[in-house]
Amino acid sequence: MRTLALSAGIALTAATLALTSTATAESHVDPAIAGAIKARQAHMQLYAHNIGVLGGMAQGRIDYDADLASAAASNLAALSQLNQMTYWPAGSDNASVDGTKALPAIWDDLPGVMARGAALVEASAAMEAAAGGGLESLQGAMQALGGACGACHQNYRQSDN
Amino acid sequence: MPSAQTVPGALMRFRKTVAYLAGAAVVVAAVGLYLTRPRHVDPAEFDRLTGDVERGALVFAATGCASCHAAPEAEGEARRVLSGGRGFASPFGTFYAPNISPGPVGTGDWTVLNLADALRHGTSPDNRHYFPAFPYGSYSRMQAQDIADLHAYLMTLPASDAENRPHDVGFPFNIRAALGGWKMLFASDDWVLDGDLTETQQRGRYLVEAMGHCAECHTPRNALGGLQTDRWLAGAPIPGKDGRVPNITPAALSWSEAEIVEYLTSGFTPDFDSAGGEMFEVVQNTAQLPRSDREAIAAYLKIVPPIGN
Repeated sequence: MRTLALSAGIALTAATLALTSTATAESHVDPAIAGAIKARQAHMQLYAHNIGVLGGMAQGRIDYDADLASAAASNLAALSQLNQMTYWPAGSDNASVDGTKALPAIWDDLPGVMARGAALVEASAAMEAAAGGGLESLQGAMQALGGACGACHQNYRQSDN
Repeated sequence: MPSAQTVPGALMRFRKTVAYLAGAAVVVAAVGLYLTRPRHVDPAEFDRLTGDVERGALVFAATGCASCHAAPEAEGEARRVLSGGRGFASPFGTFYAPNISPGPVGTGDWTVLNLADALRHGTSPDNRHYFPAFPYGSYSRMQAQDIADLHAYLMTLPASDAENRPHDVGFPFNIRAALGGWKMLFASDDWVLDGDLTETQQRGRYLVEAMGHCAECHTPRNALGGLQTDRWLAGAPIPGKDGRVPNITPAALSWSEAEIVEYLTSGFTPDFDSAGGEMFEVVQNTAQLPRSDREAIAAYLKIVPPIGN
């Protein structure tokens, strides 16, 4: 009886170890995928930083400065036009790996993604034209910019803020 | 064959008891159905009102009709066509938003009273209970003039002949007669947040608790799908998806009123992330409201009881 219990215990431990090591292997993300996720999150951070300058002025938290506003808006316009092909390798969605909120819908609906990307290029260009032309002009371009950001997050990002 | 006279007394009494109980059950069921029958508004409340299309457009934005009733994936102008068809997963099955465009399939022949019955009491023109996927538990608090204005606006929208898709809801949740009991338990036209409120806070309460129906997603539900009002706006799971609808009570939402207003205008959070998911559509609606309304929502959110996660 003791032998039976012992062998059952060993079997259980072995099974647990096997499961644990599988789990570890799965959570060990391919460095190429991890790098792409890091890169695109950094890209988003660059958007947020520059929009933060524009939004801070729009909300009156930072004094309006035409040169600074134009610089931020130009950065945004340039960022929106970067080719992002290298950021989105297959298998880097949130169903496949941890550490990302990118939904599989991105890969299932490329035309939709591209259309929303084009809308961001347009809204950023409008902001670039508006930002240096006074505070009211900047404020007027803010809502369309927010709409362009949100249009992508609506369908392609896991929501759980 | 034994005759009736040979049936023993005990069996006879048993049969009588069964017959009595069955009769009582029928009476109880009938009384229950009577008490929980579909309710209607008092026509006198509406008969002097005239709907205003322009004000109705703002009510339409505040109530977010298009967020559910526009066709799935509809964007921009297409969101004015309320053809329905969008599916809503729930623990009870999937509900499909009906066509409410002003045509023969939709609500073309609805009177203001039909709309008021639907919004206030979840009652259809053919006197049946609507499922509470339609948030009449919130719209029950809507003012008569706003309903009249909304009716006037809805009638100006384009008609669609898209057929309605039946809900995919299994037994026993598909018994509409039982919804009267649900309403009795969980639908109310009382305010959740009571007490002394400023005019701005009251406006915010009306926008959040009634028209904006924020609690329908931001408040957790009990096993029968009723809102847990003691955890008002404290966050909830997203039905059928991963993630959670965030807690927006002061215990979790630390944004200033100005930051809340900005979020409801452009969708930008204080660190310039942007609204996604369902909130993207909500922000598209709140952005159309006067700034004072967004400020009122922010003022209300600051005074709801803080509830931790």
